[in-house]
Amino acid sequence: MQISGAQMVIEALIAEGVDTVFGYPGGAIMNIYDEIYKQDKFEHILTRHEQAAVHAAEGYSKASGKVGVAMITSGPGFTNAVTGLADAYMDSIPIVVISGQVPMSLIGTDAFQEIDAVGISRSCTKHNYLVTDAKDLARILKEAFYIASSGRPGPVHVDIPKDVTAQIANFDYSIELDLETYKPHTKGNPRQIKKAMEAIAKAKRPLFYLGGGIINSNAAYEVRDLVHATGIPAVETFMARGTLSHDDEYLISMLGMHGSYAANMAMSETDLVIGLGARFDDRVTGKLSEFAKNAGVIHVDIDPASISKLVNADYPIVGDVKNVVEEMLRLSSNINPLKYASWRDTIKNFDTLHPLTYHEDTDRLKPQWVIQRVGELLGDDANISTDVGQHQMWTAQFYPFTRPRQWISSGGLGTMGFGFPAAMGVKAASPDKVSINITGDGSILMNCQELMTAVEKKLPVINIILNNNYLGMVRQWQTLFYDKRHSETDLSVQPDFVKLAEAFGGIGYRVTTKDEFDAALKDAIEKNIVTFIDVVVERLENVMPMVPSGGSLFNMMLLEKKEKK
Amino acid sequence: MEKSERRVISVIVVNEASVLSRITDLFSGRGYNITSLTVAPIPESKYSRLTIVTSGSVRVIEQITKQLHKLIPVLRVYEHADLVEKEMALIKFPASENITDIATLCSAYNGKIVNVGDNIIIAMVADEPKRVDNFLKIINKYNPKEIVRSGAVALER
Ligand SMILES: Cc1ncc(C[n+]2csc(CCOP(=O)(O)OP(=O)(O)O)c2C)c(N)n1
Ligand SMILES: [Mg+2]
Repeated sequence: MQISGAQMVIEALIAEGVDTVFGYPGGAIMNIYDEIYKQDKFEHILTRHEQAAVHAAEGYSKASGKVGVAMITSGPGFTNAVTGLADAYMDSIPIVVISGQVPMSLIGTDAFQEIDAVGISRSCTKHNYLVTDAKDLARILKEAFYIASSGRPGPVHVDIPKDVTAQIANFDYSIELDLETYKPHTKGNPRQIKKAMEAIAKAKRPLFYLGGGIINSNAAYEVRDLVHATGIPAVETFMARGTLSHDDEYLISMLGMHGSYAANMAMSETDLVIGLGARFDDRVTGKLSEFAKNAGVIHVDIDPASISKLVNADYPIVGDVKNVVEEMLRLSSNINPLKYASWRDTIKNFDTLHPLTYHEDTDRLKPQWVIQRVGELLGDDANISTDVGQHQMWTAQFYPFTRPRQWISSGGLGTMGFGFPAAMGVKAASPDKVSINITGDGSILMNCQELMTAVEKKLPVINIILNNNYLGMVRQWQTLFYDKRHSETDLSVQPDFVKLAEAFGGIGYRVTTKDEFDAALKDAIEKNIVTFIDVVVERLENVMPMVPSGGSLFNMMLLEKKEKK
Repeated sequence: MEKSERRVISVIVVNEASVLSRITDLFSGRGYNITSLTVAPIPESKYSRLTIVTSGSVRVIEQITKQLHKLIPVLRVYEHADLVEKEMALIKFPASENITDIATLCSAYNGKIVNVGDNIIIAMVADEPKRVDNFLKIINKYNPKEIVRSGAVALER
């Protein structure tokens, strides 16, 4: 079929089954936008900032498991999108970002809105392409979708000069890909798996260490089966929340810097870490030399470079977590769950000693209460996105997650401004669930222009602003480690969030009591329009427990004990 | 600190635009060293071969090879244990230096005089990098005006 480069992009997206594209037009990508205008196979959602387009594509991908797509113009359009690419790269989110570029004849001349886009995106994408001939477009786009979604997933960036989108060439999307240099290992080595299972059978205090790779590989239900079959307790990383249901008897909690005491103590006392799709991030391990010091390590990961990068693996298994866990499950019959009863009791005792909790001892609402309350009222019916800061950690700690892909948050990059656009993408992917963004008074201002998109496209995201008038997480570190010098973190001056939402045609509430909060949330769900619920919360609450940066997991700062009134 | 070792890594990559930047970006982005890097197309194929001399602890070298392998256009990565390694050097001397002495020295290091002009003599040697180091030390007394080294190339035995 002889068509233009721009038409090829449309045909490729349709062939990939894309139903939603997030984007923002401009000079270099106008040929493609002209073709978007002419088609009705997928919806284009015009965000009000390119960063938001990419975060929305990420949210869409995280909720649906499909490849998210964003489209932007050259120069500033592209540079605005870089944070989104970096965010997707750090959290292994499969997205394809298509950018316009100045015509080939102008590349290298410092032309208007020219920037070396592939040069910039190289270090924050899984792969990228500068298309120099329309005849390559079918192959490149097909590769882009394949590379983004296979192996360890990640963002792929395709930069297309304007003349290439005008060029007529042959288009055949049925071509077979021949990627001789890219062949991800998906099946784990059976001998290694067998050895790992033998090690598990011998261990006295084994511990599942569940990571975000499980969500990426759609393996949560297989992991649940394996945990239940073996009776081995489990901790989840921040990225893995929702792998096990919050009420699963074998789930301890999240581990790491703001993990629970029991989870971190279990990791410190275990004799065998069974890592599934987790990458031993510094926010998880604390001081490396003290991490799971006396334990053997099984490490299952699709990315060979993740294995033994930080913690030496005694049983390295390269493969897709889903395949490997299925295989482990087949070999698990000789493991008797009763064997670990006393180990599980030990962990329960840790939890009784220092449970994950908070004190309701102030007039103002406690942020943790708000999150728990959303959980009580909505539970499984909501998908939960967050921004970055204290509110994010409290959500990870206190929301009662019930399923994978319910939890959407920027873990690796920690991008303030992620939550709202991501929650729009989540709503587009999963319209039957309530899309909540738990955010902070700092973060929400980093993409609040998206109120316009949400109003226009009827994406009724409920933004719950846990308003502490602080850049709270930074303020917490200043309180604890900088002798209370709260340098540039006081957000006493802020907009009227109610009016801000209303100015765009959304709804705003300001609440200070439990009843007001319940009423606002109920009303927001009924009205089904994008909302800001500005919740006045205790200003100086700290996220606890906490492993100070570089400290050991077993050396946590704990919540002060108080007598129950 | 873990002990840092010199290592030679060969990388086979698809010949395509910006593949070299992908490799060098990886080294700079992750804080790895490059002592030398050579690259040339492999005859009658769509691939090129890079030879990278680097240094790092065992763990770092393992990461380097794994991260290189992760790059999409990389076909193969060899971390050499048992290899033949050669490097070339070109040296410019003033014509006033003793050409016979220089020629004799060169031949001991697999080299010769390759150009003699009115004012200068150019010599070349091709040998193991360590021996090239040695050679360059010795010829210092002949007042070399310019020295160019090629960086190492290597083949597994
Ligand atoms: C784009 C960006 N800039 C700066 C930071 C550093 N940072 C981390 S948390 C935080 C405070 C966030 O404040 P807020 O959104 O009000 O959340 P809170 O911690 O108060 O719940 C800051 C500034 C970041 N993560 N991202
Ligand atoms: Mg705040």
